[in-house]
Amino acid sequence: MQGELVMEGEKKRLSRPALVLVALSLVAVISIALFMTLGAKGSWSFVLSFRGKKLLSLVLVAYAVAVSTVLFQTVTNNRILTPSIMGFDALYVLIKTGVVFFFGVSALVTIDSQTQFVVELAVMVGFSFLLFRWLFLGEERSLHLLVLVGIIFGILFRSLSQLMQRMLDPGAFNVLQDTLFASFATTDPTLLGIAVVIVAITSLVGWRLMHTYDVLSLGRAQAINLGVDYKRTVAIILVLVAVLVSVSTALVGPVTFFGLLVATLAHSLIGNSKHLYVLPAAILLGIIALVGGQTLLERVFAFDTALSIIIEFLGGLVFIVLVLRRSAR
Amino acid sequence: MIITSDVSKSYGETAVVDGVSLQLPKGGITSIIGPNGAGKSTFLSMISRLMAMDKGSVTVDGLDVAKTSGDVLARRLSILRQDNHMTARLTVHDLVSFGRYPYSKGRLTANDKVHIEEAIGYLDLTALSGRFLDELSGGQRQRAFVAMVLCQDTDYVLLDEPLNNLDMKHAMGMMKLLQRAATELGKTVVLVLHDINFASWYSDYIVAMKHGRVAAQGPVADMIKPEVLSSIYEMDIKVHEIGGQRISVYYG
Repeated sequence: MQGELVMEGEKKRLSRPALVLVALSLVAVISIALFMTLGAKGSWSFVLSFRGKKLLSLVLVAYAVAVSTVLFQTVTNNRILTPSIMGFDALYVLIKTGVVFFFGVSALVTIDSQTQFVVELAVMVGFSFLLFRWLFLGEERSLHLLVLVGIIFGILFRSLSQLMQRMLDPGAFNVLQDTLFASFATTDPTLLGIAVVIVAITSLVGWRLMHTYDVLSLGRAQAINLGVDYKRTVAIILVLVAVLVSVSTALVGPVTFFGLLVATLAHSLIGNSKHLYVLPAAILLGIIALVGGQTLLERVFAFDTALSIIIEFLGGLVFIVLVLRRSAR
Repeated sequence: MIITSDVSKSYGETAVVDGVSLQLPKGGITSIIGPNGAGKSTFLSMISRLMAMDKGSVTVDGLDVAKTSGDVLARRLSILRQDNHMTARLTVHDLVSFGRYPYSKGRLTANDKVHIEEAIGYLDLTALSGRFLDELSGGQRQRAFVAMVLCQDTDYVLLDEPLNNLDMKHAMGMMKLLQRAATELGKTVVLVLHDINFASWYSDYIVAMKHGRVAAQGPVADMIKPEVLSSIYEMDIKVHEIGGQRISVYYG
């Protein structure tokens, strides 16, 4: 790949992206080790398998959010929008609420969660595919229009969900809210197996498109000029993004600014835009933030569910800084 | 040869390009001139498949632009537009390397590397090759993009207002370079130009567009004439011959 050129030129010392990746890997491994062992009492086999499941969900979420955000920013050619800001996960909440509203709470309880997940995934992919095809595959549109449309769709999805939630009876609402709450401490373990499979498949498809990402980040015109089958490639990537967002939302609920945080940090730490470096950096940052953050809060500060609030707060700050910087130019 | 037949594009009721049928000769520099809103850039975008046509067809050396795979076309025809906004942070060398993507899909071969160094040298960018694009002046960045397009090594090079943002010296340098690319490398260069004196000095063939149609076309001697230019631009334009070149004067 093109990275080899950099390495060749600086054979004696590691290039900056490589250094960053090594450092991030180290921190991530330490976070994981601490998460698994810190404050463990009683039988190790129980602790390891209990925490292992939690760890796996956190890593999956970090992976899904990081990859989906970086790819989404690449195909939309901007660094402010993320799938969440464009209302992707609000759509997930809407679908879930719609199921309870139209088919009753029994649908949530009786159908096993894996089947539910697959159906939700299908609806989500279909719907977001139509929406984003319309937004991104037609003629070029201005970023401002996209942000506005995204925010309005997000609000629409959220308001519709809230409307339906208010019309539910309190019992059904309770069950629903339980499945929708964003929490890194209590992830849904029943979905782990299927989530792993789905993430593996999307990664395989994504890996095969790896060579197009850098070209796509040059913008639509240059990508077409260089012979990328633009419509097809972008459509596939948007489907991958929809699937990954569904996975992370199903596991821990909606998180709005987390993706923006890791993608922005990854880009600025790596210093260039090569996906070969930026993607792993974003994934590692996600793992550090979730696993490390969770360890710190649970074991050191003995808090419980505040991680999502802190991450959203930091991510929100990054969003505001990016918007201000953009308007200052 | 690029052949367009009945190429049309409209936004709502307004036809931006209205049934343009043209044969752009192979080799040399062809300039497309005309007033603002004549449809020049839209026309160029449709030739280069950046924009879908409402009607008509374009063939490049017999290949139908709408049907041929992007991959094949990318080795025949390249396009550079005036605004190259991108979020990616790249060095000049990275950008020029992308010119080889149609051939190697990101895995650069030794041959690719030769092409990259040649293109960088051709545009006199060797000293800047490790610099990031956002550290360059507008003119240097423009040259880096042209280097990428040359590195793509296509028979046809299409440029939309390549002199935008360039001062006189760099504009002249750019046109000299394109002329060299046409004569030394045998490229066919098609460009949209606003400055009719540059068009007159460097073109082999000129196409004038107005209201989405071809208003006139021909070699420089037939096109750079007071009566032709005045009717295209709807203003009084005088043409003087200076040192064997036709120079238009229209400043007041």
